Amino acid sequence: MKASVIVFPGSNCDRDIQVALANSMGGPVEMVWHGQTEMAQTDLIVLPGGFSYGDYLRCGAMSARSPIMREVVARAQQGVAVLGICNGFQILLEAGLLPGALLLNAGRNFVCRDINIRVENSQTQFTSRYEQGQILRIPVAHHDGQYFADPDTLAELQAGDRIAFRYCGSAGDESANPNGSIDDIAGIFNDRRTVLGLMPHPERAADPLHGGTDGRGLLDSLVSALS
Amino acid sequence: MRNEPNITPAQVAEHGLSEAEYQTILNVLGREPNLTELGIFSVMWSEHCSYKSSKFWLKTLPTEAPWVICGPGENAGVVDIGDGKAAIFKMESHNHPSFIEPYQGAATGVGGILRDVFTMGARPIANMNALRFGAPEDAKTRHLVAGVVAGVGGYGNCVGVPTVGGEVNFDAAYNGNILVNAMTVGLADADKIFYSAAAGIGNPVVYVGSKTGRDGIHGATMASAEFDDATEEKRPTVQVGDPFTEKLLIEACLELMGTDAIVAIQDMGAAGLTCSSVEMADKGGVGLDLDIDKVPQRETGMTPYEVMLSESQERMLMVLRPGSEDAAKAIFDKWQLDFAVVGRVTDTGRFIGRNNGAVVFDIPVRPLVDESPEYERPWVKTSAPAPLAAVTAPMDHMAALQIMLAGPDLSSRRWVWEQYDNSVMADTVRKPGGDAAIVRIHGSNRGLAITTDCTPRYCLADPHQGGAQAVAEVWRNLTAVGARPLAITDCLNFGNPERPETMGQLVGCIQGMGEACIALDFPVVSGNVSLYNETHGQAILPTPAIGGIGVLDDLEKHADLALRRTDDQIILIGETKGHLGQTIYLRQLLQRQDGPPPPVELAVERHNGDFVRGLIAAGTVDTCHDLSDGGLLVAAAEMAMAGDIGLDLNGPDDPGFWFGEDQGRYLLSVPATLVDAILQQAEKRQVPAQIIGRTGGETLTLNTCEPISLSRLRRSHEAWLPDYMNSN
Amino acid sequence: MKARVHVSYKTGVLDPQGKAIGLTLKNLGFAGIGEVRQGKLIELELAESDANKARKAVEAMCEKLLANTVIENYAIELDNE
Repeated sequence: MKASVIVFPGSNCDRDIQVALANSMGGPVEMVWHGQTEMAQTDLIVLPGGFSYGDYLRCGAMSARSPIMREVVARAQQGVAVLGICNGFQILLEAGLLPGALLLNAGRNFVCRDINIRVENSQTQFTSRYEQGQILRIPVAHHDGQYFADPDTLAELQAGDRIAFRYCGSAGDESANPNGSIDDIAGIFNDRRTVLGLMPHPERAADPLHGGTDGRGLLDSLVSALS
Repeated sequence: MRNEPNITPAQVAEHGLSEAEYQTILNVLGREPNLTELGIFSVMWSEHCSYKSSKFWLKTLPTEAPWVICGPGENAGVVDIGDGKAAIFKMESHNHPSFIEPYQGAATGVGGILRDVFTMGARPIANMNALRFGAPEDAKTRHLVAGVVAGVGGYGNCVGVPTVGGEVNFDAAYNGNILVNAMTVGLADADKIFYSAAAGIGNPVVYVGSKTGRDGIHGATMASAEFDDATEEKRPTVQVGDPFTEKLLIEACLELMGTDAIVAIQDMGAAGLTCSSVEMADKGGVGLDLDIDKVPQRETGMTPYEVMLSESQERMLMVLRPGSEDAAKAIFDKWQLDFAVVGRVTDTGRFIGRNNGAVVFDIPVRPLVDESPEYERPWVKTSAPAPLAAVTAPMDHMAALQIMLAGPDLSSRRWVWEQYDNSVMADTVRKPGGDAAIVRIHGSNRGLAITTDCTPRYCLADPHQGGAQAVAEVWRNLTAVGARPLAITDCLNFGNPERPETMGQLVGCIQGMGEACIALDFPVVSGNVSLYNETHGQAILPTPAIGGIGVLDDLEKHADLALRRTDDQIILIGETKGHLGQTIYLRQLLQRQDGPPPPVELAVERHNGDFVRGLIAAGTVDTCHDLSDGGLLVAAAEMAMAGDIGLDLNGPDDPGFWFGEDQGRYLLSVPATLVDAILQQAEKRQVPAQIIGRTGGETLTLNTCEPISLSRLRRSHEAWLPDYMNSN
Repeated sequence: MKARVHVSYKTGVLDPQGKAIGLTLKNLGFAGIGEVRQGKLIELELAESDANKARKAVEAMCEKLLANTVIENYAIELDNE
């Protein structure tokens, strides 16, 4: 399996996902500079977290127009797996690879805390290592993580089993939504389930020293599907 | 030299220079300075850059140890942490700017301290901050808390350096002068540290980063006739931070540092281009020629005075090896940052600036630094506090505990630290809320423990004891997680040093700190002084904020304060005399602030700490909390709330036992099978140790008091700060 | 009556957002762009019908809340002026 992490100016979780992926894969991960227009053959493209372009104008807006993104969109259309984490999720939305938008948190403040998310669809290359309905404890750290979609888009996501993760309480039922996202949405797929965007950071729950390893299943799922 | 009008006494005064200082300038130059030169002298000889009131006393602090690679004098302190790695760290104040514009003041404070650290070749790996605000009732406090916290987070989160802890205190003495002290810790290879001494005659001097604007130029000097341009709006003195550019600057500098292009490097902080070039020239014993018109400028029509004194953020100055300019420029082009050769290293020993070829200043470097004033300001020793008057418990201990945990001094700071990204870089092992944060040394199984501390009310009552206590508590915080304390950085915040009483506080605190540093083998490797924190004659509490780091050789063996198991025994380490003077108990429940602060017995502190650290390193103890503000019962409650496991405590009914703030103490939670061995070891080492309780259940129980459920205790402990911030 | 308040950084105050937008526009191939400054537009519905009084009120809002006058300027537009 070959994996590539795109580095935008202001990305700051690029190394974190590189380390976590390399541990899951047992091999190196390619880092790709946003200014490139071409990319070697790859099975997985990751848009990492961070504050690309300082989150200025709109989160992800300027990165979505980086030279490399034309290539990312083309690969995504060919069916290459694309994972966007936090700022990467914002970029996927701005690039039109996923529907909807991410707005300022309902609480208006940046929020960094460990939260629970429920696996809503375990039948995908991103989630096969999880049980359907499994509760994961993973950190979020964002200022603009309130997922929003118009009613038609939301209905489409719900009907198409395209909601990947929902925020939930520790028992898995009570709502514990850190940012006011519509329908408690923490992550969504595209219609073919080859593109996933999510706000929580699996790479920060991938090592026992992180205090939990619930994020590792997502990376391990990709490794087993794409190797 | 450009012809300029003569300097007037009013201009000298506006630049904050005394008549005697101006006379020294005349002697150094052998002529009258022009306005640009006056500006350069004034910033170099300001309290901030020259430490003229504190230098005499700062020199008394111990700064050496076998593991210290670089002590005070460079951008930050450097200590050897083993395995070929070095930790580079410093704490710095940004008090006044944060009071004027809390978001930008705090943000640029974080940006400045980050630059101090990566300038020396380190990748920043953790931020901390010590924040002190006025009384919660004060009309401005809520606004200042909101702005400062958002600013600290806004900058650190964007740059992608985790903010792993800090302190937030409230006291009416800070109503007119809040304190924003920011600390950064970075990691470098011990043999790849970058210093600021310029060298190599003819080598290019290079400017990188953001363009220079009119940010931060002092308002008073702007009013002078020379710059009185009536058509322009009042020029801003507030700097705006650009964390995005800072992030690019970090990556570009670290990339360049991977080559052999850099001879010397210095960030542009306070006093900007002036201070950075003069320090580089002075440390290298060389001269420097600058072409001011080559400096990238954000605004048109900037004068040499403005360019030299601007405090625009996110800028660095470097001396490069000849011939490396193109390769260096390619790196900065890639990161879309400005890069300009703005001068040369010379053998003249003079600092010369030219604007379009014309000399606009010409100052000998050595005297500009060496002749800077140093004052041994008059001081009076703070008189010893009167003995503590009798204390009668106003209510039962559990009721007192509930009030204390739900008040401004001891309530949870979660509302603050959830606004800071504490886990970016994926190496955070212990997050905010513990005695010290722990971050992994990337790619290894070793860690750095980091903490900040200071108890200003102790310093007010007895500066000497207070200074010693601040250092001792930092050492204890690091010990409580199992780390070997290495070194400290200090941020000395005081009032007006021209008042002998205030100067006496500064002297007392430094003396106490020095004694503690020596006794604990815990040298000062960097720091900063912030004086004149005073409004309408009301000075802040003397606040020598201390930041400390320690190393953990095996991350598997560290301790945390959260209770982990039921049926553990709780062991109290250290002697409890029941010292109630200057405690939170007195302050909050009896509205009293009398008596001496708890005495710090440094030999005992070290003895008890070494014992506890040994138990953690041996893997015997994994749950530990040091005792500080609020005393034993508060510490025990914090352990129970963090672990969500109840506690049954037993001991004397004396409030001093439960709420006294005696020093050198720890609480351990230990499985019953290990208790006897630990008590025997303690007896052999003559470390006081006693069992005071047992873990289990869902309540906190003390003697015959009514038990409280942990969930109720936690609710009120967590509620105070968000409720305060959300009320209007 | 409707009021529009434009809030922008004062001349000389660094505008990091404007700077980053300018950079990206350049990267996208747009040439000949000088300084880019980003501001905020705040629209208010007012019950007040007297333009002078409305302007005074909005000015007070700007001073108290809408602008941070330490670093920002504001300009007020009323729709029936």
